[in-house]
Amino acid sequence: MERILEVNDLHVTFTTYGGTVQAVRGVSFHLDKGETLAIVGESGCGKSVTSNAIMRLIPDPPGKITKGSVIFKGQDLAAYSEKKMRSIRGVDISMIFQDPMTALNPTLTIGTQLMEGLKEHKKISGAQAKAKAVEMMNLVGIPNPEERLKQYPHQFSGGMRQRIVIAIALICDPDLLIADEPTTALDVTIQAQILELFATIQERTGVSIILITHDLGVVAKIADRIVVMYAGKIIESGSKREIFYESKHPYTQGLLHSVPRLDAKEELKPIAGTPPDLFSPPKGCPFTARCPFAMEVCDKVYPAPEKISDTHYVDCWLQDERAKRLLAANVLQT
Amino acid sequence: MLKYIFKRLLIMIVTLWVIITLTFVLMVNIPGSPFNTDQSSNATVQANLEAHYNLDQPYYIQYLLYIKSIVTFEFGPSIKQPNQTVNDLLSRGFPISFELGIITIALAVVSGVLIGIIAALRHNGFLDYLTMGIAVLGISIPNFILATILIQQLAVNLEIFPAATWRSPAHMVLPILALATGPMAIIARLTRSTMLEVLTQDYIKMAKAKGLSPWKVIFKHALRNALMPVVTIMGTLFAGILTGTFVIEQIFAIPGMGRYFVESINQRDYPVIMGTTVFYSAFLIIMLFLVDIVYGILDPRIKMHQKGGRSR
Repeated sequence: MERILEVNDLHVTFTTYGGTVQAVRGVSFHLDKGETLAIVGESGCGKSVTSNAIMRLIPDPPGKITKGSVIFKGQDLAAYSEKKMRSIRGVDISMIFQDPMTALNPTLTIGTQLMEGLKEHKKISGAQAKAKAVEMMNLVGIPNPEERLKQYPHQFSGGMRQRIVIAIALICDPDLLIADEPTTALDVTIQAQILELFATIQERTGVSIILITHDLGVVAKIADRIVVMYAGKIIESGSKREIFYESKHPYTQGLLHSVPRLDAKEELKPIAGTPPDLFSPPKGCPFTARCPFAMEVCDKVYPAPEKISDTHYVDCWLQDERAKRLLAANVLQT
Repeated sequence: MLKYIFKRLLIMIVTLWVIITLTFVLMVNIPGSPFNTDQSSNATVQANLEAHYNLDQPYYIQYLLYIKSIVTFEFGPSIKQPNQTVNDLLSRGFPISFELGIITIALAVVSGVLIGIIAALRHNGFLDYLTMGIAVLGISIPNFILATILIQQLAVNLEIFPAATWRSPAHMVLPILALATGPMAIIARLTRSTMLEVLTQDYIKMAKAKGLSPWKVIFKHALRNALMPVVTIMGTLFAGILTGTFVIEQIFAIPGMGRYFVESINQRDYPVIMGTTVFYSAFLIIMLFLVDIVYGILDPRIKMHQKGGRSR
């Protein structure tokens, strides 16, 4: 499989009056062509910052990529000039935003907003651009595209607007699509339609997708692989199966337990406590304070990634050989 | 759209009628008449003069005569300068006042918006503090103070620009500067704050994510939205500039309409008061109407008519 994106040891910080927030602290992952990778985690864990860092859309100041590389098709985007980066944005990497009600400019027609990326990057005639725009409107399932192109965002419903946002993202045939909580602001029936649309689009265009979400239901539906983030770090990554059925990290397990189930008899179990303050993140594992299995070592040293399978990695001391031996001994004793 | 304009026209006529009536009531209630300052005239002459100008008639007849003169746009001769009609005064004074007003508005809007954008883009930077500091000064200093300072420094001390009258572009610099600084400062501050807000919107991030140049992001996506509040206060600013022209014309001895307006009230020159008031208010009402039209063009969500609506 062709590797399309490789993020290595990415660090992003924000300088504020109160100090420096270490929003992303050494994140590494990769993405193959045609694959869907889900980045999950609770609010403030650094998932959106990671995606914005790939696009280099972090406002600087206060934000800054302090370390690491973003290798996209063999080129390091973190080292690109702003001008060179502009030729990547919208063309090779596109982005879909969370709230379609605010992502479209209320004062410009849909057609203008749809075609402007195309006109900016490709030498194309007005008629060709319009034909492409109509094609995209058809792809995302908006009826009478020609007439609709002349309308303004306020004349569309939320679901329709998200389809338009997706059409805008796809119009230059990007290789990578970053969807930042694309269904969070939509109601449930529309969510399902939009997720189906993602699947159709990926089938037709072969685009790779990074899906950022905190909704595990969405993940279960369309992701191939899952990366779990906590306090600016990736604590576990693996295939969909491995994360949902064989998760090793207590945080991932807690996350899965806090999803309501229709058939469950017992009470819903939320993870107790709150994530650590990223102004001064803990030296050891950031989950220690909330972890029911915390050991002395957890607070002192951050665990090295432990390989469970070729695709499954976890950063947890429980997976260390020594911890396993100890646990086994404890079981024998009691 | 046509229906909307028609409706607005009707409202404008009603507004104008209210202004005319109020002006008339105020005018006849000012003590004195155009003639009692003339020492030479005796009682008979005065009575004859009043009869000549229909001032001996009851108020309602005078009122109807005024309405008639306004509808026909024929205000008759000035009482104080009987060799000129009010229409003469207006057609001589208006082009000059209009020139002064329009250049002032254009300068205030264009430079105010540009300064606002620059300040927003350099948020909390040196240029931001510098321009906003100057803007606070511009808002705080009344135009007549600024006018005298400008005359003292640039005309008297440095002799760069002429101190008064309205003949060449060089003559225009000081009065326009004095009149435009206040509105410019207000527009700059407002543009800066709305621009800062708009720049944090999702659609700006989306425009950046499309790979558009910063130029396009700012002028095509941000500015249109940032200008809405600026357009809203434009009506008030027009009114402010209009009254400002009275003062500025006086200070710089500019032969515009403002002088006639002020003098006519002092001299109880009734036809001139009526003529200039009607003219000024009609002009302002039309400008406000244009502002509303621009509003609708800038933001398609503002409906001029009841057709269409949300998604079908």
